[in-house]
Amino acid sequence: MIEFILNDRIVKTEAKSGMTLLQFIREIEGLKGTKSGCKEGDCGACTVLSGILQYDDTVKYSSITSCLTPLANVDKRHIVTVEGLNLTDELNVSQYAIKEHYGTQCGFCTPGFVVSLTGYSLDTKVDAKAINHLSGNICRCTGYKSIEKAANTVEELVKDKSIQGDINKLIEQRFIPEYFKGIPEKLKSLKSNWSEKGDQLVAGGTDLYVRFANELAEVNIKRHIDSVNTKINLENDILTIGAAATGTDIMENNQFNKHFPYLQDHLKLISSRQIRNMGTIAGNFVNASPIGDMSIFFLALGSKLTIIDERNNEREIWLKDFFKDYKSFDLKKGEIIKNISFRLPNAQSKFNFEKVSKRTHLDIASVNSAMLIDVEKDEIKNINISIGGVAAIPKYLFNTKKYLLNKKISKENIINAQDIMQSEISPISDIRGTEKYKRLLARQLFYAHFIKIFPDRFSLKDLIEN
Amino acid sequence: MKNKDSYTHVRGESLFVDDINVREGTLHAVVFDSSVAHAKIVNTDYSAAEALPGVVKILTYQDIPGQNQIGAIIQDEPLFAEDEVHFQGQPIALIIAETLAIAKKAVKLIKITFDELPVVTTAKEAFDKALFINPARTFKIGNNEDAFDNCKYVFEGETYTNGQEHLYLETQGAYAYPLENGNIKLLSSTQGPTSVQKIAARVLGLAMHKIEVEVIRLGGGFGGKEDQATAWATMAALGVAVLDKPVKLILERHDDMRMTGKRHPYESFFKIGLNEDLKIMAFEVDYLQNSGAAADLSPAIAERTLFHGTNSYFVPNAKLTVHSCKTNLPPNTAFRGFGGPQGMFVIEAAIEMAAEKLNIPAYKIQEANLLQDYDEFPYGQIAKNVEIKNSWNQLKKEIDFENKLKEIEDYNNQNDSTKLGYSFMPVTFGISFTNTMMNHARALVHVYHDGSVGVSTGAVEMGQSVNTKLLQIAAMKFGISSSKVKIETTNTTRVANTSPTAASATTDLNGKALMMACDAIQDRLEVVASRILKVDKESIFFKDNFVYIKDKKSSLSWDKLILEAFVRRVSLSETAHYSTPKIHFDKTKEKGHPFAYHVYGTAFTVVKLDCLRGIYDVESVDIVHDFGKSMNIGIDIGQVEGALVQGIGWMTMEEIAYDNKGRLLSNSLSTYKVPDIFSAPKNINVKAMETNGHYMAILKSKAVGEPPLMYGIGTYFALQNAIKAFNPQSKLKFNAPMTPEKVLLSLYE
Repeated sequence: MIEFILNDRIVKTEAKSGMTLLQFIREIEGLKGTKSGCKEGDCGACTVLSGILQYDDTVKYSSITSCLTPLANVDKRHIVTVEGLNLTDELNVSQYAIKEHYGTQCGFCTPGFVVSLTGYSLDTKVDAKAINHLSGNICRCTGYKSIEKAANTVEELVKDKSIQGDINKLIEQRFIPEYFKGIPEKLKSLKSNWSEKGDQLVAGGTDLYVRFANELAEVNIKRHIDSVNTKINLENDILTIGAAATGTDIMENNQFNKHFPYLQDHLKLISSRQIRNMGTIAGNFVNASPIGDMSIFFLALGSKLTIIDERNNEREIWLKDFFKDYKSFDLKKGEIIKNISFRLPNAQSKFNFEKVSKRTHLDIASVNSAMLIDVEKDEIKNINISIGGVAAIPKYLFNTKKYLLNKKISKENIINAQDIMQSEISPISDIRGTEKYKRLLARQLFYAHFIKIFPDRFSLKDLIEN
Repeated sequence: MKNKDSYTHVRGESLFVDDINVREGTLHAVVFDSSVAHAKIVNTDYSAAEALPGVVKILTYQDIPGQNQIGAIIQDEPLFAEDEVHFQGQPIALIIAETLAIAKKAVKLIKITFDELPVVTTAKEAFDKALFINPARTFKIGNNEDAFDNCKYVFEGETYTNGQEHLYLETQGAYAYPLENGNIKLLSSTQGPTSVQKIAARVLGLAMHKIEVEVIRLGGGFGGKEDQATAWATMAALGVAVLDKPVKLILERHDDMRMTGKRHPYESFFKIGLNEDLKIMAFEVDYLQNSGAAADLSPAIAERTLFHGTNSYFVPNAKLTVHSCKTNLPPNTAFRGFGGPQGMFVIEAAIEMAAEKLNIPAYKIQEANLLQDYDEFPYGQIAKNVEIKNSWNQLKKEIDFENKLKEIEDYNNQNDSTKLGYSFMPVTFGISFTNTMMNHARALVHVYHDGSVGVSTGAVEMGQSVNTKLLQIAAMKFGISSSKVKIETTNTTRVANTSPTAASATTDLNGKALMMACDAIQDRLEVVASRILKVDKESIFFKDNFVYIKDKKSSLSWDKLILEAFVRRVSLSETAHYSTPKIHFDKTKEKGHPFAYHVYGTAFTVVKLDCLRGIYDVESVDIVHDFGKSMNIGIDIGQVEGALVQGIGWMTMEEIAYDNKGRLLSNSLSTYKVPDIFSAPKNINVKAMETNGHYMAILKSKAVGEPPLMYGIGTYFALQNAIKAFNPQSKLKFNAPMTPEKVLLSLYE
């Protein structure tokens, strides 16, 4: 039996653990405020908050799309729908702000925006921007400016009163209802007696549920999180990331932020807030999309995977050797990824990530690329370059690396390396762009790494005039 | 006043079709559609699907008691395919099952074999093969042949604008249930309740009064639910007629995207002639409209392309011809602007091309040709109370144009890898259904004897806040608090024979009818009040929930007056009918006075291009817009901003792709991108012009739904301008949308 708290009450259900939370909320619980817009996590109309009890007895809330969330993944959590944010006879602060700024027209996307915006006020990361919490919500009516004004209003209030993530103060200021106070105790009272585990392993569900939600709704599933963890550990300069860590886990991690000053800018380009709250890093690897953002990111860091089988035997493989062919990779039946690790770049190493898609945010890349480079006295001591969308697999540029290694960092060498890169890639025309475009874009992003990392040495003009 | 539904919207308490509690025994339906775009159906085998436990019935054309025909303007579209399919996504059957999950499973068990036929996906190909929906139409003014001979400059070119998916957040859907005596109640997410009623009656072989259609609200429509909500509602009704059980049919997003039509792609061929002082003397266009596999609303949309072919310019000699080309795409349909945007894009492209050849900025040609009072449109209407020049001039002042231009030039001189681009986009849009007979509406007002008021009209609420404006009107007319007024659902039994909520004209039409109904009740109430208060009827006014004698408040409250009127057996209900005066159009001559009035405005767009990556931001859009005397400026600005961003989406990232077999490739939200919060312009600055409005606009507050969409066209030309700033060698392209791919390729060609 799955047990969780839905808004202010405990729910115990015998429903199949593979059923989506969206279906459960709307059809079984009859809570119709959560809307179904696309069933692929791309519109945000079904956004709910998911709260997890922390070691210090606080609850950490994050927004998720309920259309891609299996019931199994909400066991022992606090799920909050728009109804669970309603105060008795007045609007809460986010709702009021949206209303006052004319931020709702047809109203269908609105509950999702309300939930995401409330997710902002519950966010414990104090430098957060409210608008960033709306990255996964699509509105077709307003043109967003009114919603942006509402978000800014909420952000100002939250910052003025220093109440971000503070449940008691948020209740006092009418951001959330009173019952949130009692949630930690209620969560503690839940017993985990869920036993019916199925065969299909599901992690964040952000890919599987886009494709198989109907089929999975009828079965029990096996949770990824029961086999692996989300921990990010530093030991002897090796950073190890549990396979179940999400994009958000990485974005909020101190080590990552310390060593990758542009981390927030880079990872903001990857899916949306909601999806980053759900999708796991291992999921992105085994999806094996040639354009997988996380694959490209970690390939350039020279990462290594630890793989375990059912008997807990471990083996290691470099990420660059993991991908074999289109959607095929080195994982045998019964094996799963346990973690990924990489050696932290040394102080003079620089890292850059580039991604271009039709829409800058919440879109799949036409081409993405990452580069880690270590230059000492004008000489390239180490370099890793990865590029996606231009081959059957997320591509690690072996030959380009070979050419550049131990060479002077010069305009000429970069331009020559670009030619080699072109010979290593084999893009095809598809919905993400024509071959011609992808080759041109690959060149541009390759140059972009050098222009961005060495702004004083290289400019667009220098590199393309040849 | 804010959108009256805001409170329930933000609390998740507003009801959409899919949210209504279903009745006991409700069945669920899924559509089985064609996987190919053009074929003969050789064989269909439903046996495995029928055998699946829980499947109740599979309906095909053979189950239709009436006509298998849903075509509105031209009867050329079956509800279910019979022997042939004409587009991918064409409905063939409806699977009705005890649960949605069972119905979804059953669809996959249907076996069908096709004998495939040649597929036509582009308008040009259909044109070359002479495949048309209906005969071409031409609007003409002056004498083009002679005029071109006398022009100093003549340029020719072609343009393409892609279609656009509506992407209303709420997909298409309906819920139908049986009433007694074979009557059916249909809850539909439609902009046209009467269309649904009429077509469902036709298909079911019933009289219209047997079918009651009700609409609470739509989760977005944008034209996509004007004609194309009908099929799904009709299918649900058919299920009820056959099974005598409630049937619910809500399309999944992928099904909706695949099965429904979109904004029409247009391929157009133009010729423009100018004289020395940059006056456009002659303009000729052949518009090839990709209509899809059936007429739907294409003929009307084609007509509006012609109405707006010269946009905001006076062109003394013009010949505009539109060809509705029949292809194997889903029947394309209404989308905010209704063919107008496609027409305007062409003349803007022609001006852009002329400007480039003449080596002058495009705005100089635009500015030299703006409409003035008493200019004649190609369709014969004489322009009056023209505000386009005023909006243009005011905009230039607002943005401090000379300095702005210098700023842009300076920026571009100082920056190698990012460039700014700009454009002006004037818009002149005619208000009225171009089919004159559709310009009418009715309102039904009940004053209950406790003083509360219920208002029914034919208007459908879809986010545009028509119900809020109707509420304002009733409250204002009666001088009562808005809390005393309730806007009822839109229901064909209360208000019949309605025109769809479309053409930006719904508040004008229904609002005027509402005012007339309120007037009639008010008139009777004044008599009652004058008798009670023993004063002249002429001195009675209603204000602040009280009767006033001239400007003095009496002791007679609204509630008391109503009760008194009731006791005296005075009618407290009224239905009123409004039809737009003065408008007419003669299709045999293609001349007339089709529009009640025009809406004007101008946008100035600045974009910033990242020339390294080929991506871009819309920095700002400044707009001076003619709202007339806006009755709700907050809501009206919301319409402008929303339409603008939708227009920008059409011009930039929204790219519909079919393969050459007519299969939709951009069939999900992961492959079809609409603007998100980060791709909206950084600044939208909408200024209302001081104008007098128009007496045919509701309370002189001009229609606002569609016109601002066309401001989005400015983004296309601003991008073109920025590309030129980086790469003067790049060729002008008139091939929308201007995706990052097209931008990057242009930057480095």
